Amino acid sequence: ANTDVLVGVKAELDAPESSQPNRGRLEFFVDCTANADPEFEGRGGEDLALGISSALSQAFSSSNCLDLCSLCVLPGQQVWLLYVDVLILECGGSLLDAVSLAVKAALMNTKIPAVTVNTTEEGSSEIEVSDDPYDVNNLEVSKVPCIVTLTRVGHQFVVDATKEEQACSIGHLSVAVTESGSLTAVRKTGSGSLHPESILDILQTAQEIGINLNQQLVEKVKLESSVKKDRRGFLT
Amino acid sequence: MAVEIRLTCEKPREEFQFERPKHLVTPGDIITSDTGFMRGHGTYVEEENLVASVAGIVERVNKLVSVRPLKTRYNGEIGDVVVGRITEVQQRRWKVETNSRLDSVLLLSSVNLPGGELRRKTAEDELAMRKYLAEGDPISAEVQSVFSDGSLSLHTRSLKYGKLSQGTLVLVSPSLIKRRKTHFHNLPCGARIILGNNGYIWISPTVDEDVNESTGGFIQNLELVPLTDRETVARLRNCILALARHRLLLYDTTILYSYEASLRHQCKDIMKPEVMLEISQLVRQRLEIEGL
Repeated sequence: ANTDVLVGVKAELDAPESSQPNRGRLEFFVDCTANADPEFEGRGGEDLALGISSALSQAFSSSNCLDLCSLCVLPGQQVWLLYVDVLILECGGSLLDAVSLAVKAALMNTKIPAVTVNTTEEGSSEIEVSDDPYDVNNLEVSKVPCIVTLTRVGHQFVVDATKEEQACSIGHLSVAVTESGSLTAVRKTGSGSLHPESILDILQTAQEIGINLNQQLVEKVKLESSVKKDRRGFLT
Repeated sequence: MAVEIRLTCEKPREEFQFERPKHLVTPGDIITSDTGFMRGHGTYVEEENLVASVAGIVERVNKLVSVRPLKTRYNGEIGDVVVGRITEVQQRRWKVETNSRLDSVLLLSSVNLPGGELRRKTAEDELAMRKYLAEGDPISAEVQSVFSDGSLSLHTRSLKYGKLSQGTLVLVSPSLIKRRKTHFHNLPCGARIILGNNGYIWISPTVDEDVNESTGGFIQNLELVPLTDRETVARLRNCILALARHRLLLYDTTILYSYEASLRHQCKDIMKPEVMLEISQLVRQRLEIEGL
């Protein structure tokens, strides 16, 4: 089984949080479709979805990840609010890793329309969105992390675990790694315990893999935007 | 560690001209507009036409027209070999997951307990059922009968059936398993393979055939399997997945051919789409040359 994930990013102008008046906002929404697993029908996938979205917000919580200040339009009044919608179409293991890759790729593709702020004679400000659809800004994504999960099976650790490997595992450690190799979040799931020494090893391995993964992803997304022909869907 | 990401447009495409089989229909296809037929499974009537509701092969028995779906759960037939997993221990029976619509049952009376075929089952045996087969144990069995609701009754009254010890389970579509005289194969590459008709395939390292009858096959051999054997098992698993991906029927010949075709690659590389495609093409060519 494959892991199929669809990610879309929507941008909207909204009021900032009062505690951070000059920062844009980022919201994750994960939806597990019943296609992925019959268990997800109704509210069945909610726990998993919440787990993934909280892991993502944790990984992005560091102020270095995504420059949210660049999303500010009018401090204290209007900022860009990015909704990252994740749709899980098929689960074949390493879901969190796949989602984080897809989120990063989607953010790399995201284009924010250019806006200008005019101050009217009465002193109030007016926001004007550029008419030109090509007058857009890309997000700065070089510090956006990818998540690498190491799964403990017996006394060994497995990267990119399949569904079967996950079923045999007693614990997972998910590490969010940026391209430069800094770790922005670490999260442990599962009931099993991990030895402190092996955690250090895991972090090191995850960092190595994460750097490589980020570089490959950036390269491929760039390639993708240069070749326009032959688009194919999930089923091919 | 090497990381490989590929774009969808970089995936290899299969250059293979499929001839559309004659009786293949997709949902919504009109099978016949003749009103003289009865509608069977997988069909419905719309405006006096008989229309397919599933994708599959049209089958006709006298006046009854039905469509046998290609993508389906396992529909058991008596005598089929199945591989399954115990899900529940109940009164005098085990529930077995076999990829059917309903869980199959394995009655205590249709297993051979240690002590031979003719042993009577006592109340103690009933209490010790979990000692023989517990939840999560993989087993191989044969379909003894099919109940009216379609669920299966299994039996393991032969030494070749019973609890499976160490090996790998591969799940494929049941329609890919070719029905043969035997579904147990000892492959020359050093692995034993059980092709369950239900699409569950069990691959294990070859074991000595002289199973002690007194254990009844309930003792699992949990010795460490040597690395080379494990690699053979893993390679076979990957080969089977490659064949299944490219919709080749699975039986001993195709599996052996794919294994031989895969030897030039490293075991882990078989999972790459281009290698999968290459293996399936080599197997297809070889089958064509030999006229199979």
